This record gives sequence, C-alpha cells and structure tokens, in this order.
Amino acid sequence: MVEYAHPQVLVSTAWVAEHLNDPTVRIIESDEDILLYDVGHIPKAIKVDWQNELQDQVVRDYVNKEAFGKLIGDKGIGNDHTLVFYGDRNNWWACYALWVFKMYGHQDCRIMNGGRQKWIDEGRELTTDRPNHAAVTYTASGPDLSIRAFRQEALDHSNARKPLIDVRSPGEFSGELTHMADYPQEGALRGGHIPGAKNVPWGQAVAADGTFKTADELKALYEGNAGLNAGDDVIAYCRIGERSSHTWFVLTYLLGYPNVRNYDGSWTEWGNMVGVPIEKDV
Amino acid sequence: MSDVAWPETLQGIIEEFKEADSEERLEMLLEFAMGMPDLPAELLSARDTMEQVHECQSPVFLLAKIDDGKVYYYLDVPREAPTVRGFAGILYEGLNGAEPAAILATPNDLYQRMGLHKVLSPLRLRGLTALLGRMKRNAQELGGGGPG
Repeated sequence: MVEYAHPQVLVSTAWVAEHLNDPTVRIIESDEDILLYDVGHIPKAIKVDWQNELQDQVVRDYVNKEAFGKLIGDKGIGNDHTLVFYGDRNNWWACYALWVFKMYGHQDCRIMNGGRQKWIDEGRELTTDRPNHAAVTYTASGPDLSIRAFRQEALDHSNARKPLIDVRSPGEFSGELTHMADYPQEGALRGGHIPGAKNVPWGQAVAADGTFKTADELKALYEGNAGLNAGDDVIAYCRIGERSSHTWFVLTYLLGYPNVRNYDGSWTEWGNMVGVPIEKDV
Repeated sequence: MSDVAWPETLQGIIEEFKEADSEERLEMLLEFAMGMPDLPAELLSARDTMEQVHECQSPVFLLAKIDDGKVYYYLDVPREAPTVRGFAGILYEGLNGAEPAAILATPNDLYQRMGLHKVLSPLRLRGLTALLGRMKRNAQELGGGGPG
C-alpha cells in the first residue's frame, strides 16, 4: 500500500467540522454553479467565484497579483491561514481555485476530501449566513509560473514528445466532440488533441463517494495506463484548465510529481489556433 | 417578425434585471431558484413522460400543456443547480398562462437583455437559451401553428 506523497493536503469532512471556529483556518467554497454557495454552505465558509473574481473580466487571464491580494484580504484571508477548499462536482472547481492560490504563493492550501456532496450526504450543517471575517492585508507573491503552462510550452512539450495528459472525455480527446458530452459547444473550431497527449479523464481519479482514489489506484491509472514515470515533467490540459487543475492537484500532491504544469489555455485555445498540429482518432 | 407582444410578466422581470447591478442580478436569480414550485405529485412519479432538456448541464425536465388557449409549463430542475433553476423559474413565472403566439414572440437573447452574460459563463448561457428554445417549440406545437 503506497501512501499519498503529501497526505497533509487532504482533510476530511470531520476535520473541517472540528475546525469551523479555528482562527488559523479559513474554509473556502468554490463551485461551478456560482449560486450554489448561496443556497447553503459550510458555516463560516468564504465564497470564491472562479469566474467573476479569479478571472480578469477583460483579458483572458487571471486577475493580477495586486487585485488577487486585495480580493483575498478583503475576504478576511491572511497569508498565514490554513486554507481548506471544497466545492461541487468532486472538488473540480475547488482544485481550480487552489491552483490559482498556489500560483499567487499561498503556503498552506488543502482540499476537503469528498467536497460539498460528501458534507451534505453526511447530514452536516449548512447555513446561508455569510461569514463576517474582518478584512486583512494580504500580500500575494509570484505568479509562480512553474505550475502554469502557456501555449508555446505546450507546443514545445508536444514536439519533444514529453508527457502531456489530456483530461477531457474520450469523445473530446478523439476529436469526435469539441465539447463535453451533454454540455453545449463552447467555441473550439477543431476537435482532437495535442499530438502525443495521453487521455486520462479527470474523473477517473475520484472514487464513487467523491473522495480521491488511493495512491495505489492513482499510480495504476497514471503510471500503468498512461505511462507516466514518477518525477516526469508533465503538462495537463482540458477545455479551459479547470478539469486539468484537478489532475494537476492529484499528480503534484497525491503522487508527488515535482514538475506538473496546468495549461489553462487548453483546448479552447489550442483548438482555435491557426497552424498548430492536432491529432485525431476519428 | 410577428406583431404580437411577448408576455408582459416576462418583460417586467427582464426590465428589473436590466436595471440591477451584477450582485443584485445574482440575488434575484437566486430568489427565482428558491421560489420555483416543485413538480406536482402526479408528475414527480412520471418524470420519464417529460422531455429532457439535454443542453442543460443538470437533469432538467419539461412538460407543456394547453388549456383554453393558454400554455402551462411544468419544469423540474434539481435544487443543486440553482443557476439553471433560477433561469427556469424566470421563464416559468414569465411565460406560464400566456398564449402560444406571445410565447413565440419572446426574444431569444433574453439573457443578454437581462445582463446575465456579464455574470454567467458561456457554457451556462447556452443551456439557458436551449431551455427557452424548447419552451417556445412546445408552445408552437400546442398552438397548432406551423413554423412562424
């Protein structure tokens, strides 16, 4: 039985329940459905909206370091806080938010294993009361680009046949679809994948109850099936970088790969660029 | 283009959204999500007889009936999908009891008129537009009209 490389990045729902009033901890909910938090959330949890808060509203990019620091400080989150992220859809968006926080240098970031659904399934308390954490000064650092890949790096990776993990569904990977099954088309002109990429749909890293699979299972998935080797320099991508931030989290913290980058431009950039190579299986 | 005006109730709701700021818009959307009635008991057990709106990211079911020339919708949207539920709630309140021709006159770019394109992702907006499209198609079929 292999252990997770960095088991401290995962906390249980029970741990969160015990630390609701811990002044050194801040709990952050980040969901795909941006109204979900307002329907009911973990007591004292802070909402972070990936779309309207973390992303710049003009340029396709994240808000800059200064804006990020102001946003986070105003929510009452300090540099020394232990942050626990959770959210809907197996912590998909929680991992995305965590990735952005890591890019801006937050030290102690963790995920509540099982996410929002597990908390609810266990009948734990929800509230619609907003937390009233006093604003603090937050100093963001970075951005740490060792965890973020841009298109040229993805292209270099592809040309050098270094490992790329495409975490989209098999239909998107093969080029049959340009969007997720059951999801509407979101504007990629070409279907397929970056040449050389291996397909490991992100959701395969999660067990039926929404918690992460065991280290053994994850190793079998990424090293057995997808042929990664421990310590590989990996770039993960999906459609806009959200699903792949989940895989980035798994490879970095649960399997302990030191060089994993998330290509957030992902297929909505690659599938629209003129002249870049594409592989199709259909 | 039809000369028929689209339902006044819906026009009123859209107007309110237009005048609100982003935060208020989300609050109003949430209110519509919370306020939408659950399916009547006889439909709850017969959801498979309803039409599924596949374009939405969550399981959304729709049924339309006509009574005395007016269209009545039944919508089922999970409570865990408040954004979709909110938009469905707006259409439910705004279109229920209207005549088919008025429903068909509803503009397709509702979310843009409401300013929702500033707060929701393109992915969601397409699902919402699809829901309106299906509700209009139902109205057309029930009203017995050919393509307008």
